Amino acid sequence: MNKEIVSDTKMISSTATNKGLHIEEALIFEQGSTDRSGVDLPEISGRSDRLGKLKRLDQIGLPGLSEPEIVRHYTRLSRNNYAIDIGLYPLGSCTMKHNPRLNEAVARLPGFSNIHPLQPPSTVQGAMALIKELEEWLTALTGFPTIALSPAAGAQGELCGLMVIRSYLEKQGDPRETVLVADSAHGTNPATATMCGYRTKSIPSNDSGTLDLQALENMLDNKVAAVMLTNPNTCGLFEGQILEISDAVHKSGALLYCDGANFNAIVGKVKPADLGIDIMHLNLHKTFSTPHGGGGPGSGPVAMTSVLAPYAPLPWIEESASGFTITEHLGDHSQQSFGRMRAWHGQMGMFVRALSYLISHGGDGLRQVAEDAVLNANYIRQGLHKHYSMPYPGTCMHEVLCDDQSLKPAGLKTLDVAKALIDQGFHPMTIYFPLIVNGAMLIEPTETETKEILDQFIDAMITIANHSTSENIAALQNAPVHTPRRRLDETKAARNPILRWLQDTGPSAT
Amino acid sequence: MRYLPHTKRERELMMAKIGIENINELFDQIPETALSSFANTLPSHSGELEVTHHLQSLANLNLAASDAPSFLGGGAYRHHIPATVDSLIQRGEFLTSYTPYQPEISQGTLQAVFEFQTQVALLTGMELANASMYDGSTACAEAVLMAGRVTKRKKVILSGGLHPFYCDVVETLAQFSELSIEKSRPEAPAKGHHDTAALEKRINKETACVVVQYPDFFGLIRDFSQLGEQCKKAGALLIIVFNEPVALAALKSPGEMGADIVVGEGQSLGVGLNFGGPYVGLFATKSQYLRQTPGRIAGQTEDLDGKRGWVLTLNTREQHIRREKATSNICTNSGLCALAFSIHLSLLGEKGLSHLATLNHEAAMSTADRLCNIDGLEILNETYFNEFTVRLPKPAGPLVETLAQKKILAGVPIRRLYPNREDFDNLMLVNATELTSDSDINLLAESISEELS
Repeated sequence: MNKEIVSDTKMISSTATNKGLHIEEALIFEQGSTDRSGVDLPEISGRSDRLGKLKRLDQIGLPGLSEPEIVRHYTRLSRNNYAIDIGLYPLGSCTMKHNPRLNEAVARLPGFSNIHPLQPPSTVQGAMALIKELEEWLTALTGFPTIALSPAAGAQGELCGLMVIRSYLEKQGDPRETVLVADSAHGTNPATATMCGYRTKSIPSNDSGTLDLQALENMLDNKVAAVMLTNPNTCGLFEGQILEISDAVHKSGALLYCDGANFNAIVGKVKPADLGIDIMHLNLHKTFSTPHGGGGPGSGPVAMTSVLAPYAPLPWIEESASGFTITEHLGDHSQQSFGRMRAWHGQMGMFVRALSYLISHGGDGLRQVAEDAVLNANYIRQGLHKHYSMPYPGTCMHEVLCDDQSLKPAGLKTLDVAKALIDQGFHPMTIYFPLIVNGAMLIEPTETETKEILDQFIDAMITIANHSTSENIAALQNAPVHTPRRRLDETKAARNPILRWLQDTGPSAT
Repeated sequence: MRYLPHTKRERELMMAKIGIENINELFDQIPETALSSFANTLPSHSGELEVTHHLQSLANLNLAASDAPSFLGGGAYRHHIPATVDSLIQRGEFLTSYTPYQPEISQGTLQAVFEFQTQVALLTGMELANASMYDGSTACAEAVLMAGRVTKRKKVILSGGLHPFYCDVVETLAQFSELSIEKSRPEAPAKGHHDTAALEKRINKETACVVVQYPDFFGLIRDFSQLGEQCKKAGALLIIVFNEPVALAALKSPGEMGADIVVGEGQSLGVGLNFGGPYVGLFATKSQYLRQTPGRIAGQTEDLDGKRGWVLTLNTREQHIRREKATSNICTNSGLCALAFSIHLSLLGEKGLSHLATLNHEAAMSTADRLCNIDGLEILNETYFNEFTVRLPKPAGPLVETLAQKKILAGVPIRRLYPNREDFDNLMLVNATELTSDSDINLLAESISEELS
């Protein structure tokens, strides 16, 4: 233990690594003792087992900790995280908006949280009514008659969409071979096309940051199954030629898939079905505020036209005179469905939260969501355009795209801006994405931020840009310093993978 | 609207700064026909009171499994979740953070993921685990796709004991790949009869993997060590699937049986029933297959000061770097459910988990011992953990429905999952956990007796 007397106070620090509210926390495997436990369970009778000859004889190796130790462990860990509850989280195309606590409360009603997926349908009529009600809202907002609710997240929604398209095309006798993906698209789009057995070709963007229609027309032929487009796209721009794109795609016999990651910009203002789109996924954990939980769970419902509806995945819920029923298997009437994507009915916990969000906002509130989200992004754009280079002129939708061209002469790059923002108390924007813009910084403030916060963020960004021309540049490149950890060695992590705790690796220098 | 902070005056100030008079100027790239065709027929906004009232009224139409004796399992299990779990996962720093892209301010999530990966690896007896998948079924399908990449072979053999919905998901997600799926015929448990030997005979040089479940869908526990050896000899991978992680505390680990990939559903620890989702898929494998593993993985490293820390690592496997050549399209996984799983497991610890497993097994034995006294009812399993199959003298579906009307959730009529198997009509899957009381068991037994008499 390194004892250290802090000058001109009488404070003594006996644990050099702890600083005020920040306390270093060891791995759970480095704490406790085997005999401790955080639960008290009823006595066991000790009767002989019926496990065949397969009873476990060895220890698993789990540590034992009491409840107070567990509470402290996870509370300390939590304090090493930034979160939307703490401040602005402007990750572009991630839509980190406020997560209402009402949604958490209603999702925990035992009538929703404590029902088993195999209960007799007669005992879960309320759950099925809720799912139908959510479908109605999403139908009204997208303009599509059919919503497949089972996909577990956005990427699974994409897979659902492409599987619907492929099943439809196979039924027409020609599954085709390729999927065209905009070069500004999320990586999930081409990865999904591969999982669906398609080859991917990339459609170039034009100088304005939107899809190059001429290039698309040249690429469309009778081998193309689908075009995957994000609208608004990941440059924060609305694909204004969407109707022309749709016409060209349909003329070639292909279908138009829309990645709905950026639906927040147009929710309550425009129905995607009116934009010539055939099928799209929505992210309930983006547009409809279900919490992202440090990496999920999400929910990725897929909305589609009536032509594609017969190919939607199992299961689905129908309303009859005697109540709601659930179809879990392919029967004679549903042979065209492409099948089941996951074990149960969908992310029910997310459905309850999303419906709570939808009812809370109503049609008027949702329209305001889109308008304020777009207003906030443009306000930031206005505040930054003299200080940061922006690859595309004009206004943006719900996210604004900058790059590091203007900072480069001073030797500063996008990563440094991101890390410097952390020291100013902000979560960075999405960086180095979309891939078509070098040094991209994609800023999505969302509608739930105040003007004051946006002003503070703009100030912080300007301060960083101004410092880039001064001698302070080394300090920026050194950022962050006010964090539980400074820049981490990602190369080392990948080169010498340590992916779990092992007894003998133990803690390194802390 | 309570979630939207701007006042009318602030909106005007901001618009003036941007240089617009009407907000629609910012939407001018959208085709006018589409903008004007939006007729807002949705109800207008509601306060907390109205929303709560409406959703509570829907929740009231459901019979919560906590309000009835429940013997439902079949891939989702009801356990007591300590209050600490839900309290901790509702800390905003966990609940409202994104995937940890900026490690300096995400060490909490990253350390928790690293601990979760270690727990899953220990529980399954494998070398490493990823940060989670959507659920057990998609983890299973991803394991099958991975086996195809690892072995560069095309034949996939699914055991008849694999959960029928997992079979469906594997078939669905592999239908446009080059893999061909061979399904073994599911059979009700019978003395001395199971399909392990038959599976061994099917393995050949084209076999990419054999997928088995432990305990299987009907509750049977089987040793796959020999199957593992056969797979190894033939160059195929053995994939062991589990639905109930608590069982792994009582049983020889899948790793010890020679599994190459172990996947399962983590719902029963920390997550709750939730009508089927969100759940959490567990995915563990051997180090040699690391580069073909799907999903996020946290790894240990150091910061500039040499302090231990964690980052998302081996990203070159993933969609955001590798795009169409990625090992999977998965992006968002099941982070918060994985955290709940991990906290529950941490609370239990070695001693608590082992004790919980014994309680579950004893509850199931007590239930079986009581039910087997009922005339005409037969317990089919010789072995089981906390779930077993019974044969009734009449169809299980209507009986379960009748008991549900009496607020008893009796079990899963197996034919609900196998609609084409008339021979399964009288079979019911019965689960018991630490929540099953003696009076629940008595009530179930008496009600079944009544219906059969």
